[in-house]
Order: sequence, then C-alpha cells, then structure tokens
Amino acid sequence: MDALLLARIQFAFTIGFHFLFPMMTLGTSLVILISESLHLIKNDDVYRKITDFFARLLGLIFVVGAATGIVMEFSFGTNWSQYSRAVGDIFGPILAAEGVIAFFLESVFIGVLIFGRKRVSPGVYWVAALMVFLGGHLSAFWIIVANSWMQTPAGYEVSAAGKVFLTSFSDAVFNPSTIVRFTHTVLASWITCAIMVSGIAGYYVRKGLHGETARMMLKLGIILFAITPLVQLGAAHAHAIQVINTQPVKAAAMEGHFNTTRGADIYVIGYVDEDNEKTYGIYIPKGLSFLYNFDFNSEIKGLNDVSKSNWPPVNLVFQSYHIMVALGMIFIALGLLGAWLLWTGKIYTTKWFLFLLPVLIPLPHVAHETGWITAEVGRQPWIIQGLMKTSAAASVVVSRGELIFSLVMFALIYLLLFVMFVLLFVKIIKQGPAVS
Amino acid sequence: MENIQNFQILWFVLIFILLLGYAILDGFDLGVAALLPFLGGTKEEKDTLIASIGPVWDGNEVWLITGGGALFAAFPHAYATAFSGFYLAMMLVLLALIFRAVSMEFRANDPARATLWEKAFVGGSALAALLFGVALGNVIYGVPLDGQMEFRGNFFTLLRPVPLLFGITGFVAVLLQGVSWAVMKTEGALQARSFKAARILMWINVVTAVIYFSVLLGTFPRLSGNALFYVAIIVTLTGLIGLFFSLRKKNDAAPFWESSFSFIGLFLAAGAAQFPNLITAANDPNLSLTIYNSSTGLYTLQVMAAIALVGMPVVVGYTIFVYRLFKGKARTDNHY
Repeated sequence: MDALLLARIQFAFTIGFHFLFPMMTLGTSLVILISESLHLIKNDDVYRKITDFFARLLGLIFVVGAATGIVMEFSFGTNWSQYSRAVGDIFGPILAAEGVIAFFLESVFIGVLIFGRKRVSPGVYWVAALMVFLGGHLSAFWIIVANSWMQTPAGYEVSAAGKVFLTSFSDAVFNPSTIVRFTHTVLASWITCAIMVSGIAGYYVRKGLHGETARMMLKLGIILFAITPLVQLGAAHAHAIQVINTQPVKAAAMEGHFNTTRGADIYVIGYVDEDNEKTYGIYIPKGLSFLYNFDFNSEIKGLNDVSKSNWPPVNLVFQSYHIMVALGMIFIALGLLGAWLLWTGKIYTTKWFLFLLPVLIPLPHVAHETGWITAEVGRQPWIIQGLMKTSAAASVVVSRGELIFSLVMFALIYLLLFVMFVLLFVKIIKQGPAVS
Repeated sequence: MENIQNFQILWFVLIFILLLGYAILDGFDLGVAALLPFLGGTKEEKDTLIASIGPVWDGNEVWLITGGGALFAAFPHAYATAFSGFYLAMMLVLLALIFRAVSMEFRANDPARATLWEKAFVGGSALAALLFGVALGNVIYGVPLDGQMEFRGNFFTLLRPVPLLFGITGFVAVLLQGVSWAVMKTEGALQARSFKAARILMWINVVTAVIYFSVLLGTFPRLSGNALFYVAIIVTLTGLIGLFFSLRKKNDAAPFWESSFSFIGLFLAAGAAQFPNLITAANDPNLSLTIYNSSTGLYTLQVMAAIALVGMPVVVGYTIFVYRLFKGKARTDNHY
C-alpha cells in the first residue's frame, strides 16, 4: 500500500469513528433541552431524573467525541498538508470560526450541565442546557460548512499560481449544499437519539424498572422517533435533488446510472458491475426521473458524461446509499408503529416492540455512516469537487512507515475507546436514572 | 489598515494570545493531573483534585483547538509545515490528549480499573505538557526547511538540547500552574501538601527561568536590543517574587495569578524571539516561514479578525461566568 492510500484509510477510519459521537451528542442535547424545559415548566421530578440521566450519558459521549475530534483538526495539517496549503484561505477560517463561535460555547457549558446540578439555580441550569444544544448544533453547522465547501465550492477564485483565494465568505459558507446537508445531518442525529432514548426506555419498561420515569422517557423517545424520520424524508429528498443538480456524477453513482437518459429507473436493491457498466437489481421504472422533479421523463445525467478516471468507486457508493435509504424507510415505519402503539396506550404492554427497541439502537449509526460514505466516496477522485484531486492533497514529507505507525496506533486506541465506551454506556444504562 | 502587513501582525498577536490562554488555562488542568500522585494521598484527595478541574477542562482545551484553527486560517503554511513535519511528535501529542481526556471519565465510571485510568490520566497530561514546549522550542530555535517550505529533519531533530530546554521550562511552569490551582481549590492536609509542593516548584521555576532567558539571549543576540524581552523578564520575575511572598503568607488565592503572570513572561520572551518568524529555518534564514510569506489573503485575515474580535470577548465573558459558578473550594459531591 502506498502512502496516499494509507493516509486515506487513516482519515476514513478516524473520521468514521469520530462521527459516531457528535451524532449522539446533538440528539442527546435536544432530549436534555426538552426534558429540562418540561422540568422547569411543570416542576415535576420525573423530568429532572430524565435530564440527569442523559446528562450523565452525554458526559461519556462528549468526552470521546472531543478526544477524537482533536485528531481531525490535527489531521489536515499532519496528513493533508498540500490541501491545507492550497485552501487555508477558506477552510482555515471555517474551522477557526467553529472554535470561536461554537465549540467554546458547547465545551464551557457542558461542565455546568454535568457538574452543576447542585451548584446552580434551575434557571441557570436550563440556560446551560440551551447553550450546550446551541453550541453543539452551531459546531455541526461549521463542520458541515467546511465539508460542503469541498462538495460544492463557492465564494472563491483561483489565482494564476493555482492558489485558492476567498472572495466572498458568505458565499463560501452558504454554498449550494450547506443548508440542505446541515438539515439532513442534524436530523440524522436526532433520529439516532430518538431511537437511543426509545431503546433505553423500552428496556426499562419491559423489565418493569424506573416506573413513571421510564414511561415518560419512552413517550418522549417515541414522539421523536415518529416525527424525525418523517421530516428526514423531506430533507433527504431535498438533499438528493441538490446532489443531482450540483454533483451529477455522485448522483449517478448512487443509482448506478451510466448513460444520460430521460425516464431513469430507481433501484430498490441491486448490484453495479463497474467493468461492464451495468446495474442489476429490482427497480422502479422511471422512478428516479419522477422523484427528481415529479416528471417521469426528466433527464438524469449518467456517469458516462465524464471520463471514467473521474468516477468514484460506483458499487460502494451505490450500496452505501441504498443501505442508508433502506434503514431510513424502516425507521419511518417503526416510528409510526410506535406512535400508534403510544396513541392507543398499548405500547407499555407490547412486549415484542419493547424488546425490539433496544435492538434498534445501533442501526441509525449504520445509516449515518453509510450516508457519510456515500457523500465522501461519492465525491472521489476529488478532494474538492472539480478543483483539487485527493491524490494531490496529501502531505509530502510523511513517510509510509510513519503512516503505518499512526494507523496502528489509532486502530489500537480506538478499539480500546470503543470497548470502554460500550461497556460504560451499558453500565450507565443499567444503573439507570434512579442513582441521580 | 488596508495594508496586509497590519493584519499579519494582528494575527501573530491573536494566535499568541490564544496559545497563551491555552497555556494558562489548560496549563493548570495538565499540571494538577501530572501532580496527582504527589499531591493526592488518598482516593478522596485525588477525587477532590480531579473535581477541581472536572467542570472546566473541556472549555480550556478549546483554546488549543481554536489556536490551531486560527493558525490554519491565518498562516496555513506554518500549520501545514509544522504538523506534517513533526508527524510522529504530533501523533504523540494526540495520544497524550486522547488519554488525558477519556481517562478522567473512565476513571469515574469504571472503579474496577480506576488505578489504570489514573495512570493514563497522569501520563497523558504530563506528556502533553512536555511536548507543547518542545514543539514551540523547535519552531523558535529553528528546524531544517527546504525551498518548498517542507520540514527536512526527522523525529530526533526535534530532541535537540535547546528545544528540550523549552520543553522542560514549559513543563515546570505547567506544574506550577497546577499546584497553585490546587492551593486555591483545596483545604486541610491536601492544601498543606500543595503549599509545600508549590514552594519547591517555585524554586525550580526560578532556576529554569534564569536558564531559559539566558539561553534565549545567547541564541538570539538581537534580543539584547528588544524592549519586550526585558519586559518579559520583569513580568516573570515579578510573578515569581510575588509568589514567594504569597506562599510565605499562606495566601491561597494569589499564587495562581502570580504563577500565571510568570508564565506570561515566558511566553512574551518566546514571542519577542520569534517575531516575525513562525517557523525559523535553521539551515538558511531566507527559508524561514514568516508571517509575511505564510499568510492567507487580506480578505480572509479581515473576515477572521472580525469574527475573533467580536467572538472572543463573548467567549471570555461566559467563561468567566462559568468559572464563577464553580468558585470556592472543590467539592466531590457535585459529580452526578
């Protein structure tokens, strides 16, 4: 393996691992904000118990997220120094803004959320919950800005010497994909936590633990579980339209669509044979064209519009995308089922559903990881769409040996973090809200 | 202010302030952690020490993250050269920062392996505290660079005596930060032990500061005409002398501020020696990365200046607010 491939594997691995934690952080901060608001309004101790329980969980989630997040900030310099030199004008200020505007807010107030219950007034505690929520979401916003700029760059000019110059900060920040990708990602996080909360509460209710607190937690979780995947359907649709419009090659790879046609099919499940440029599977005729602009005969661009050297690995993008979509559909169905059971009051006694809920907890992680693979692998071979190739972006002075060392180091550390996280996550759940 | 040089200088100063803020604030977190086995006799005492930094260390570490982001935004070449060039050292920094962060949380939730996590916490914090000084020492003392701004040394280039001296000077300054924080936040036997350790560390800091300033002057003769260098010496000496008297009077609040003041002097001297360089080329001064040849465009520097000058006062404001919520002696009962 050459140094470039090792650097790519390291980035994919470290970002894929890191991504698990902010995806739990955002949704958990929403749940905490909701339950703490209810606690303040209704002055009911049940909500305080729910807040305190999730604040404990958030302490564990946040610390692993923060520790693995620093790695990402370092990695642009350590592993992608040519990229950093080329786009410091744009990428740098976005990362710096994330620190000043967002991450400070989240990190300073999370201390209050975790350690401050007995020290501060309920009002201040609520403000801390709000600030952690805002800080986390603003942080996600800036990180998505940075990544979206790599997908759909805007607000820049390229000098004669080939250097990228910022010409409009607002155009760079609000590039064509920022808002829709931010919405899609935040909703994915909320779904992740809706299912996490439902799963934990489902386990408690089935085991007859924590009484009213568990039932309220389940109600809260199921309501979010019913709403968020449905809203995501709309956001995901908007995102898909944006990809077709601004990144047609990625969109074509997502559907294994080789030739520009009118009335393009959409695959439910399938397999892409890249060598023979054919896609096999079960499809809905003209489905893609219809979903694009509700016209069965609209034109969808195919992979063959660009040279094969500018294709991403098509089957990987296709499969990742389809796994994500399939999971999204399952979440919609189960969320609605949960809402119906809640509405009819049967949820607390429907054992099989309560049994199913905890089993679902890892699935949203599979969905957002495959979604992320779709977005990032689908952009290849570009690191910045149409502007800079990934192959030109790596550090020149970092040797293969150094990369093997760091990759092994991260593999071992992250394995340890993962095992510890899962053990302690389960332990905190088993201790339950009663201890607080 | 249309001249780009004004903004390049402004950003040198702002990054200086961010790194100084990091050194002072996360400095005491790292210092308390590195001294944990020496200050905390019992598990309860160790819990108290950790509780004193628990609510605030997260925010303190963001000074480093923002400093890194600011370096990327203002001087991407310096960021790219140092981070890729010092690759293995940077991996060690990450290793240290990861372990010091997670082991605090794991220690609290995993009592069966608490001793193990405590070791990781102490080791990670101490290693990070040492490496930051070595890294700064290298970019100031100089490293071999080529015409493409790339680092041309290896891991052992970083371990020369002068950068190591920077590392040791920074390390003992961090320990002093930690111990003076412990003096402020603890009571009884633990505080008495902290006072004792503070006295020892004060004298060690006097020694390292004298060596540090002498070596700086010997290495960079131009400093003899730089007023800032003398200000730096006076600031550090004032801090240490104040500390001497505060420790004698058993004043538990002032030492932290005096230790911080002394740290500012160390930083000022480093800044005076370094300006306008970001990474000094040891092989040929013309190859050095300076604020003038490594910066982004005027517009980026202006946008960032606006964000920083509006944003950072707000950050400082709510940081003070949160510190005030946790003021007074550390309590262990507030953890969950």
